[in-house]
Amino acid sequence: MKLKTKDGGWNPYFAGALVGILAIASVYATTALMGKTNYIGASTTFVRAVGFVEQVFASERVAANAYFAATKIKVDWQFMLVIGIFLGALISSLTDKSFKLEKVSPIWQERFGSSLAKRAVGAFLGGIVAMIGARLADGCPSGHGLSGMMQLSVSSFVALVLFFAAGALTAAIVYKRRAS
Amino acid sequence: MSIEQILGLITGVVFGFLLQKGRVIRFEKQIGALLIKDMTIFKFMLSAIMVGMVGIFILSDMGITTLSHKPMNVGAVVIGGILFGIGWAVMGFCPGTSSAALGEGRLHAIFAILGMLVGAAVFAELYPFLSSTVMAWKDFGKIGLQDALGVSHWVLVPIFWAAVIGLFFLFEKKGL
Repeated sequence: MKLKTKDGGWNPYFAGALVGILAIASVYATTALMGKTNYIGASTTFVRAVGFVEQVFASERVAANAYFAATKIKVDWQFMLVIGIFLGALISSLTDKSFKLEKVSPIWQERFGSSLAKRAVGAFLGGIVAMIGARLADGCPSGHGLSGMMQLSVSSFVALVLFFAAGALTAAIVYKRRAS
Repeated sequence: MSIEQILGLITGVVFGFLLQKGRVIRFEKQIGALLIKDMTIFKFMLSAIMVGMVGIFILSDMGITTLSHKPMNVGAVVIGGILFGIGWAVMGFCPGTSSAALGEGRLHAIFAILGMLVGAAVFAELYPFLSSTVMAWKDFGKIGLQDALGVSHWVLVPIFWAAVIGLFFLFEKKGL
């Protein structure tokens, strides 16, 4: 087994195992420094971020909303984690020269052509549906897929299987036919 | 910045760095897995879970950290899981990797992020309705497989490892 992949990346088993070590270190560090164990996740941050935006023009609506009240709109540990993810990927891709400005990805282009507008609509609508789902299920592939599975949570097994099953079925329908 | 924010930022930078090095954040890898052509993201994810679960259970057994299961609310997890899967396949990113994908220059991730922000706002508006319907059907609470089966997590960890290693051999054999 090679440590480097053909595209210049790291062996996924190796990089994944390092994420496992990071998760352990993070659980320990958050407990020691913040007094509460925090597990890696990402989707709650989107609620907080849009809460900040909505506060600008509809602050009363935000204050009256039970979900925003329960989530607490603040720049917390996870919010900074999501910003950190952006920076970490930027640093990694710039230093190994895999950074690439891309408007439409190849698989999408094969099926739907090179129109940025089509890709934007797909990503936007997909994003809306996915985030409603993630908040309803109370987690995404980070919160359920990584953190929940590491604790053998029943809800995470169910969520991950459904993420994949519904995703595979949708992908088969959406991408299988070639663009003519 | 507070200690909490600095800690989150550092953890995120390392996480984003490893996600990028693992090449798991691209649309191609995410959709490749959903089309069952390239299982890179599952190799990465399952390796992280295997390693992480050992340390997390040791730390919680020692009383240093606490476990935090998400509730097994049947309607919410099932409907939410299906909706997420559908959206994921069209978007080609997940919430965490969309931020990383933008970091490695995938500009179309911006539209995914905007969509997810709108989705979060829609969910907040739907919350009163959902919490009295879908989320009120049946909630088994915050349970782990160890609680549901009534066995020690140390019985389940080796079984999980064996199953995942089996899956890894299958991936490699099939060249996925």
